[in-house]
Amino acid sequence: MFCRALTILGGLFLALNAQIAIAAEFITVASTTSTQNSGLFDHILPAFTEKTGIEVRVVAVGTGAAIKLAKNGDADVLFVHHKPSEEQFVAEGYGVERFDVMYNDFIIVGPKADPAGIKGMTDVTAALAQVADQGAAFASRGDDSGTHKKELGLWKEAGVDPTASSGNWYNETGSGMGATLNVAAAKDAYALSDRGTWLSFKNRGTLGIQVAGDTRLFNQYGVILVNPDRHGHVKVAESQAFIDWLRSDEGQALIDGFTINGEKLFNANAQ
Amino acid sequence: MDALLDAVMTAFSLILTMDADLVEIAGLSLNVSLTALLIASLIGLPLGSLLAMARFPGRRVLIIVLNALMGMPPVVIGLLVYILLSRSGPFGVFGLLFSPTAMIIAQVLLVVPIIASLSRQVMEELWREYHEQFRSLGVGPWRTVRALIWDGRFSLLTAELAGFGRAIAEVGAVMIVGGNIDHVTRVMTTAIALEVSKGDLALALGLGLVLILLSLATSLAGYLVKEFGERRYGA
Repeated sequence: MFCRALTILGGLFLALNAQIAIAAEFITVASTTSTQNSGLFDHILPAFTEKTGIEVRVVAVGTGAAIKLAKNGDADVLFVHHKPSEEQFVAEGYGVERFDVMYNDFIIVGPKADPAGIKGMTDVTAALAQVADQGAAFASRGDDSGTHKKELGLWKEAGVDPTASSGNWYNETGSGMGATLNVAAAKDAYALSDRGTWLSFKNRGTLGIQVAGDTRLFNQYGVILVNPDRHGHVKVAESQAFIDWLRSDEGQALIDGFTINGEKLFNANAQ
Repeated sequence: MDALLDAVMTAFSLILTMDADLVEIAGLSLNVSLTALLIASLIGLPLGSLLAMARFPGRRVLIIVLNALMGMPPVVIGLLVYILLSRSGPFGVFGLLFSPTAMIIAQVLLVVPIIASLSRQVMEELWREYHEQFRSLGVGPWRTVRALIWDGRFSLLTAELAGFGRAIAEVGAVMIVGGNIDHVTRVMTTAIALEVSKGDLALALGLGLVLILLSLATSLAGYLVKEFGERRYGA
């Protein structure tokens, strides 16, 4: 009886697995938590799949981790937001060419009480310097993501080394944007966030936008085909079709049309 | 309190409406973890029996190592399997990364030590009790193992449940090797992690409650099998 049950169970799993393994045409895209958490992919990908029959499998990690995945050849397309790293990725021969896709902006969110008194400031580095001066709690990604790299760049411009106060007022969460916002909400801390994740984020507590609009808070997203010369298994035709579609009128219009509560999350700007 | 209430409501509405995404995600969770459990048992039960019955050099070391591996963090196993299955790794040519198969492999590695260690204990006691008889009857080793597994089947069920619990509950390994890809490798635990990162705590906790219900149902099924089985065949 035991053996028969095992056989039946085994057969069942094989059947189930076979069902999962239907060989569909698919590409793997290494992207960032900001694009996934905001819901952008759920909004645009069905149209592409319907048109081309190509399934897009998105692995959402931080920009730094996404670039490592792509370098290892574990993705066909890289879709992230830190231009210097992306250009380096191409220059080192890991990617074919980098294209602009869309942009939005970063914002500094903080608790309603605003202990550093930065609300409404338009100079982001001055605001950060003030946060440091006051020793007001700040939650950082600390995960080598695009947002983290951006934040470190801004601190540098502000002439502050926040990592010297790590564990004091400066909290490095080492996790995604949403997780970091959860920490900020719980600790009444400031944080640098991309607008897309912020708009779709639900557990805000008393957090609100404190600083926005500085040109230095510009956030450009780019897409790159992983170099098939380096990784022969890269699905070039399908991946190129996806990149072309993202930059096409149809793809760009869909990106522009993605809103949450009437607010636009990304602005398409492919050349 | 509100969040908790919200979560309970969310969980019930997800279950009552048989939410299509939920059914798919829960189905994949069960499929991956039960397959991993089956494979881990095929490896772990013989390994546990061998450790219980045979005496060979390195046996004690192996037992200690297996016991230690029961506490291996899933994220480390995930990383190990990632490095092995990555296109740049030794098994990269198979293209298994970010597939349910990769998740099963990782969970097998997580579950084998539990099955092997716990079954060794069960088998050791049975072996101590019966090995004189088996020896005097001249029963071969393979039949002895089968007889012992059959005799200890209800105790071994506990080992199976522990293994299943480890597999279905872990998030670290399947997140790394599965990638939490929607409709492909998203399971209950990675879906929960995703909802937490979106700040949708009610939905996350709702999914968590569904996962707890799944575990309860499995554990109840195990208990019933044990109860009725023991009553029918004797303990």
